[in-house]
Amino acid sequence: MSGSRGILAYGVHLPYNRLARSAIDEVMGAGGGRGHRSVASYDEDTTTMGVEAARRTLAGGAPGPEAVWFSTVAPAYLDKTNATVVHAALRLDASVPALDFGGAARSAVGALRTALDGPARTLVVASDIRVGLPTGPEDGGGGDAAVAVLAGCSEDGPLLAEYLGGASATAEFTDRWRTPGSDHSRNWEDRFGEQAYLPLVQRAWADALAATGLRTDDVAVAAVTGLHARATRKAASGLGVATAGDRSETVGNAGAAHPALLLADVLDTADPGDVVALVVLADGCEVLFFRATDALAAGRPKRSVEDQVGDRADVAYARYLAWRGLLQVQSPNRPGPNRTSAPAALRRTGWKHGFVGSTDRTTGITHLPPSRVGISGGTVDDMDPTPMADAIGSIATFTVDRLAHSPSPPVVFAVVDFDGGGRMPIELTDVDPAAVAIGDRVEMTFRRLSTSDGLHNYFWKGRPLRG
Amino acid sequence: MASHGIRDRVAIVGMGCTPFREHWDSSLDDLLIDAHGLALSSAGLVADDIDAYWYGTSQSSASGISLATPLRLADRPVTRVENYCATGSDSLRQACYAVASGAYDVAVAIGAEKVKDGGYQGLNAFPIPTDGTNRTLTAAAMFSLILPAYAERYGVDGDELRYVVAKIAEKNHFNGARNELAQFQRETSAEAICEMAAVAGGLSVFDCAGVADGAAAAVVVAADRATDYTDAPLYVKALSLVAGNGSGLVDPGFDFTTLPECAAAATDAYAQAGITDPRTELAMAEVHDCFTPTELVLMEDLGFCDRGTAWREVLDGTFALDGDLPVNPDGGLKSFGHPVGASGLRMHYEAWLQLRGEAPVERRISTLADRSRALIHNLGGYPGEMVSFVGIVGTELG
Repeated sequence: MSGSRGILAYGVHLPYNRLARSAIDEVMGAGGGRGHRSVASYDEDTTTMGVEAARRTLAGGAPGPEAVWFSTVAPAYLDKTNATVVHAALRLDASVPALDFGGAARSAVGALRTALDGPARTLVVASDIRVGLPTGPEDGGGGDAAVAVLAGCSEDGPLLAEYLGGASATAEFTDRWRTPGSDHSRNWEDRFGEQAYLPLVQRAWADALAATGLRTDDVAVAAVTGLHARATRKAASGLGVATAGDRSETVGNAGAAHPALLLADVLDTADPGDVVALVVLADGCEVLFFRATDALAAGRPKRSVEDQVGDRADVAYARYLAWRGLLQVQSPNRPGPNRTSAPAALRRTGWKHGFVGSTDRTTGITHLPPSRVGISGGTVDDMDPTPMADAIGSIATFTVDRLAHSPSPPVVFAVVDFDGGGRMPIELTDVDPAAVAIGDRVEMTFRRLSTSDGLHNYFWKGRPLRG
Repeated sequence: MASHGIRDRVAIVGMGCTPFREHWDSSLDDLLIDAHGLALSSAGLVADDIDAYWYGTSQSSASGISLATPLRLADRPVTRVENYCATGSDSLRQACYAVASGAYDVAVAIGAEKVKDGGYQGLNAFPIPTDGTNRTLTAAAMFSLILPAYAERYGVDGDELRYVVAKIAEKNHFNGARNELAQFQRETSAEAICEMAAVAGGLSVFDCAGVADGAAAAVVVAADRATDYTDAPLYVKALSLVAGNGSGLVDPGFDFTTLPECAAAATDAYAQAGITDPRTELAMAEVHDCFTPTELVLMEDLGFCDRGTAWREVLDGTFALDGDLPVNPDGGLKSFGHPVGASGLRMHYEAWLQLRGEAPVERRISTLADRSRALIHNLGGYPGEMVSFVGIVGTELG
C-alpha cells in the first residue's frame, strides 16, 4: 500500500441562505424555474466560505496540511493572496505555503488533480459565488459553495478514498468568457460548445480508463459537472455508467466548487470499494477515478451535503440582489466603518483570524480577546493561548440593533458564554432576529464584517448551532 | 484603596447652563462663551477673577487652547478633560481637587458638546485605527442588553418590563415639560412609547437620550470662602470616579442586570459624604438615563431600592417629582438632551437650582424640609465597560 495517494479528509460549506427560483419570476416576471439555489450571505465571500469548508475538513482530527491551495473564480482580492486568510484562520505554521489558483473554473479541479498527484499533504479549497444578471441563466442556476479536500498518502493516515488516476484533455475554444471586472459571464450559442466538448470528454474518459486499468463496468457512479449545462448532460448520458445527482434542484451549479461538491456528495454515501469517477467539463475535460475505502464511514465529515441542503432559510430576491451589489439600497444614516489598520491586524492576527484568546495560568479565566493582564488577581504575561474557534457557547443576553451600520441591517448581537469558560459579546449571523432567546446554543463562523477602502475586514461571528 | 474625599472643603458658588438644543445657529465657541458668562455672573465674577479652567468635551475640540481662544483668556491654565459621557463631571472633579489643594482660589469647570454639526443622527465615536474586531453596535443596543437579562433574572414578563422602562421615559418627559432649558418639553405616555417601532432591542427612539448641543459651567472656591460669593453655596460632599476594567465583557459571572462601576462609585461617594440610607437622606438624584434601562438598574446600583425591585418602584412612582426620592427632576438626559461634555455639569446645575429653592415652581421637589443633599450620577461607556461618576452636594456644612 506504500505510496498510495488519495483523500484523507473532506468538508463542505453550503451557505445557510437559499433563493427560491420562483421568487425571481415573482419579482421580474421572467427567469427563475423550480427549486432553490444556495446564496452566500452578505457577510460571506469565497474566502470565508473556504475557511468554513477547511475547518470542517480538519475538524475530525486529520493531519495538518503541508500546503494550502485556494481556488476560486470570484476572489476577494487580486494581487494579494486569499489563501493566506485561510492559512491564518486555520492557525497554520508560517512554513506551510498558501497559494491561490485563480481565474478560471478549471483551476479548481486542476489544483485537486495536482494535489492528488503529490507529493505533499495538501489542502485544496475550492470556493465560488456565482453571479449573473437578473433573470439570466446563472442568476437562478448558479450556486454558492466551498469544499475542501485534504490530499495525501496512506502514510499520513487512513485514506477515505484512494486516487486511482485519471486523464486530462485540453482545447482552446470559446464557450463562455468574462473579462476582469465584469460581474457576469457571457456564452457562445449552446450547440457549439456541445460539439466542442463531447469529443474531449470521450478522449479523457478513454485515456483515464487506460491509465488506471479500469473498465467502464468497474465504475459504480460518475459525478459529471461543468458550466456548460447542455454538454454536461450529454456527456453524462454518454458514459455508460450511473451518474450522481448534480444538486441543481437544491444548490445550483457552484462553478469552481462544484466538482468537489459532487465528489463530496458521492463520498457521503459511497460503499467501501465503490469506484467513483469525477468528470469535469471545463475548457477541456478532467477525469479522476477514486475508490472508496473501509475508512470512509468513520472519516466522513460531521455535516454531509444532504444535511446542509436541509439546513436553510429563504432570502427574498431583492435582498439577494442587494447582497450581490446588483441593487443599491439605503443604509442607516450613520458613518460607515473605517478601514482596518494593517499593523494592528498583523499584531493581532491570532485573535482576528484564528479566534485565539488567552487563559490565565493562575485563575484559569479565559480572556477574549487575549489579554496580557488578568481580570482577576493581577497576573501579568502569565497566560496560555486558547483557541476558541471550535468552542460552543450559550446566549447570556442579546439585542437587535436597527440603527448600527451594517451591509444588511439589522445587526443581531449576543453575549455568548462558552462551555468550559470564556465570554464574547459578538454579532450573530444566519439567524432570524425574532427567534433569538437566552440560552440558545451558538457556534463560531468566520465572516467578512465589512469592506472599507476596498479592504475586507474579516473576523468571527456566532451562529445558531444546528444539527 | 484609600479614598478620603474632600467633604466640605470646596463649594460651588456659581453655575450656568445654556438651553440644550439643536443649536443650528450657535457654534461650540458661542455655547462656551454663553455658559461661561452665565456661571460667572451668577457668582458675581468676571473672567480675570478665574485662576484656572478644566474644560470637558468628548470630541468637539481638543486641548485647552480651544477654550482659551474663544474666551480670550489671559495666560490661564486650561486642561482639556475627556472621559466619555462622564466628561462634564470629571472636569468638575478636577477643578474641585485643584481648589482643595490650595493651588488656586477660583476654578471653573466647563463642559460643552457640539454634536449637531456632524450630519448624522445620534452620537458617533471618533474613529481610532484598530484591528477591526471591535464591536460596532450603537450605545442604544448595548444598553438594551439589560432588558432580556433583567427579565430573565427576576422573572419579570418581557412586555411588562418594556412598559416599566417606558414609564421612566414618561416621567422624565413630564419633568422636562416643566424645564425651559430642556430639548424636549412635551409630555408623552408610556403607552405611546410602547407603540413605537423598536430601534435597538426592545427600545424605541423615545427610550434614548435626546441628542443636543449645549454647554454648562460651575465656579468652584474653597468652602471657607464660599459665602464671599453667594449666600447659598453648594458644598461638595463627595466626588467618586470608577473606570471599569472591562471585565464584564470577559467574565461570564457578569449578568447585565447591574452596572458594577456605578455601584462601586456610589459606595465610595456615600462613605465620603457619610450617607448610610440614600433613599431617605437624599433630597433628589440626577442620574445618567442615557437609555431607559440604564435608569432602571441605577435605582438598584445606587442603593435607592433592593435588587430586583426597581421595576416595581418605578410603577409605584417612587422616583417621580412627588415621589419618595425624585430622580431627574429636570427631565434627565431623556428630555433635557445629551451634549456629552456638558451633561455632567447640567446635572449639577439642577441640584444647584433645586437645593437652593430656585427651580421653577412647576417642577420643584418637595423633599427639602428635612433633606439638603443631592446625588449626581454620570456615566460613560457601556454595560460591562464604563466609567462612572457619583458626586454628592449639599447646602449645609457637616
